[in-house]
Amino acid sequence: MSSTRSGDPRDGRHRHDVEEVLLGFTRALRAAGVAVTQDRAQTYLAAVAAVGLADQRATYVAGRATLCASPDDLARYDQVFHAWFDHRDGLPRSRPGAPPTPTVATLPLDDSGGGEGEEQQDDDVVRARASEAEVLRQRDVASLSANERQRLAAMMASLRPRPPLRRTMRHQRWHRGDVDAARTLRASLRHMGEPAAIQWRRRGTRPRKVVLLLDVSGSMSGYADALLRLAHRITVASPRGSVEVFTVGTRLTHLTRALRNRDAERALVAAGETVPDWSGGTRLGETLRVFLERWGRRGMARGAVVVVFSDGWERGDAALLGEQMKRLSRVAHRVVWVNPHRGKVGYEAVQQGVLAALPHCHDFVAGHSLATFEELIEVVARA
Amino acid sequence: MQPPTPDLPTLTAGLAATGYLVDEDLATVAYLALRMQRPLLLEGEPGTGKTALAEALAESLELPLVRLQCYEGIDATQALYDWDFPRQILHLRALEAAGGVGGAGVEEAEKSLYDERFLLARPVLDALQRSPAVLLVDEVDRADDEFEAFLLEVLSTYQVSIPEYGTIRAATPPLVVLTSNRTRELHDALKRRCLYHWIDHPGLEREVQIVRSRAPQVSEQLARQVVEVVQKLRLGADLEKPPGVAETLDWARALDYLGTTDLDLASSARTLGALVKYREDADKVQHALDQMLRA
Repeated sequence: MSSTRSGDPRDGRHRHDVEEVLLGFTRALRAAGVAVTQDRAQTYLAAVAAVGLADQRATYVAGRATLCASPDDLARYDQVFHAWFDHRDGLPRSRPGAPPTPTVATLPLDDSGGGEGEEQQDDDVVRARASEAEVLRQRDVASLSANERQRLAAMMASLRPRPPLRRTMRHQRWHRGDVDAARTLRASLRHMGEPAAIQWRRRGTRPRKVVLLLDVSGSMSGYADALLRLAHRITVASPRGSVEVFTVGTRLTHLTRALRNRDAERALVAAGETVPDWSGGTRLGETLRVFLERWGRRGMARGAVVVVFSDGWERGDAALLGEQMKRLSRVAHRVVWVNPHRGKVGYEAVQQGVLAALPHCHDFVAGHSLATFEELIEVVARA
Repeated sequence: MQPPTPDLPTLTAGLAATGYLVDEDLATVAYLALRMQRPLLLEGEPGTGKTALAEALAESLELPLVRLQCYEGIDATQALYDWDFPRQILHLRALEAAGGVGGAGVEEAEKSLYDERFLLARPVLDALQRSPAVLLVDEVDRADDEFEAFLLEVLSTYQVSIPEYGTIRAATPPLVVLTSNRTRELHDALKRRCLYHWIDHPGLEREVQIVRSRAPQVSEQLARQVVEVVQKLRLGADLEKPPGVAETLDWARALDYLGTTDLDLASSARTLGALVKYREDADKVQHALDQMLRA
């Protein structure tokens, strides 16, 4: 890479090397969350050298073309660029304040603090001796203290989602199966017409799409955090592009991009900023209709495993919900309804929404604790 | 032989002469791609002129355009090269008939089989051989992600290694333009090698200019009215598929064919099929037009 420095530093005003200023900028950009690698930074220097430093707009464009890789990066790039070059006139007197990165206050891990969980266990000596982690796995996530929530969040990383698979139209070569006539013929041609070994093929497999619809209405607020973490875990652990996440409440919000951040805390903050209707009402039927029209029918839900996380407290018209669930089940490969109350003692499916939706679901599972999340992941993987 | 890289104003003017109006940013990125010999990755909504840019670049630089349309299941033999087996066999039979095969001639006969004339150049190899050229890899997001990995080698070294023959290297690297509609996220390894540009819908004035330049028969007044409506629709109407520049052009032409000089409700309703392609959108646009033209 020839990074010949054409164009002088505008004049002799400052003693900072041009490359130092530019590389400082790439570092600031990295701090702001744009994935700037070393070679990208090198390309950036070469690009600036190519357009010359005199033209500020051109240096701006050169940086944007070499350092950014997606529309998400562009806004961050703009902010950092202005902070770095406009206000300081090229002089990095101090590091610009990077956007605040979300931090989590680390609470002391208190092993004795079982809190409200203990009264459930006093009848069972064996369970009382079970490890703290095992107890936490079974606990209802809505009843956890802040401390326990944090431990549970760490335990989420132990979940190992496997994508469900589908057969593809395309064949792949295999050591047995059907005769692959075309490839056998080509192989014999390659040997100048002499009969060659017979080639075999079988149908290939690909990960099936998974769509997660999270109800974030008021009645589900105790589960929102855990469900988001679960969705994040499934999103980052699955092959790229095979999982899509939406929140449903009073409106439909596409969350996949926010949750793609590998760091769970950052992803959750991004998700929190994206969703406008936390703890609002539930208009499940209406938002499902929007989902089907805007996304599902076009292909996202076609042949997919659709997982709906909701308690089924529908404010709107239950008949509309039933109708939309029927449409959904016709488009999707499998519809799984996850209800956090399903696993609790004395639960009966009496809510209007659940009653309307149940006939169109293939699976109806619990989802209130880590253990039930594991079961859910198993259900999805086998779908 | 390296053709001289035009400077930025020349490039912009050259593109404008072909009827493709670039804004300053896109021109700079295209200039950098030429100058740094890097592939150019263009993303953006459908109908914003990603493919057209490659065509305009080829035309203005007077280079041949080689196009590789990607689709699910595309592989190396369709994108890169393949041996022409039937011709090789014919060649062998011809040698046999002439009595040329046997003894010391065997090795030579074998060698003559893997000659360049039996090589079928698919688009990528074709572009490397004909370079300087413009290689358009269109809708790369439609190909499987394995295919990207295979592009990496070509895009970073501009060469193709053929086991039986050797390495074919471009004398001058071709200008590579990749386009993506973002139906899936491309791999970082591919993006890293490219210059990235997001093409947005053009602003009001530029879009009027584009309509005037691409469809000169449309009157200035009609062009302006059409573009104003389209711009408002993109911003406000919450459509399933907001109209792109291509749709604007189609609509302006359609109105012109019907002899419209002043946009009104009746003629726009009749030509709506050129602008929106969903029934739900048609209803919304009808409604929005009603309000806009009444006001």
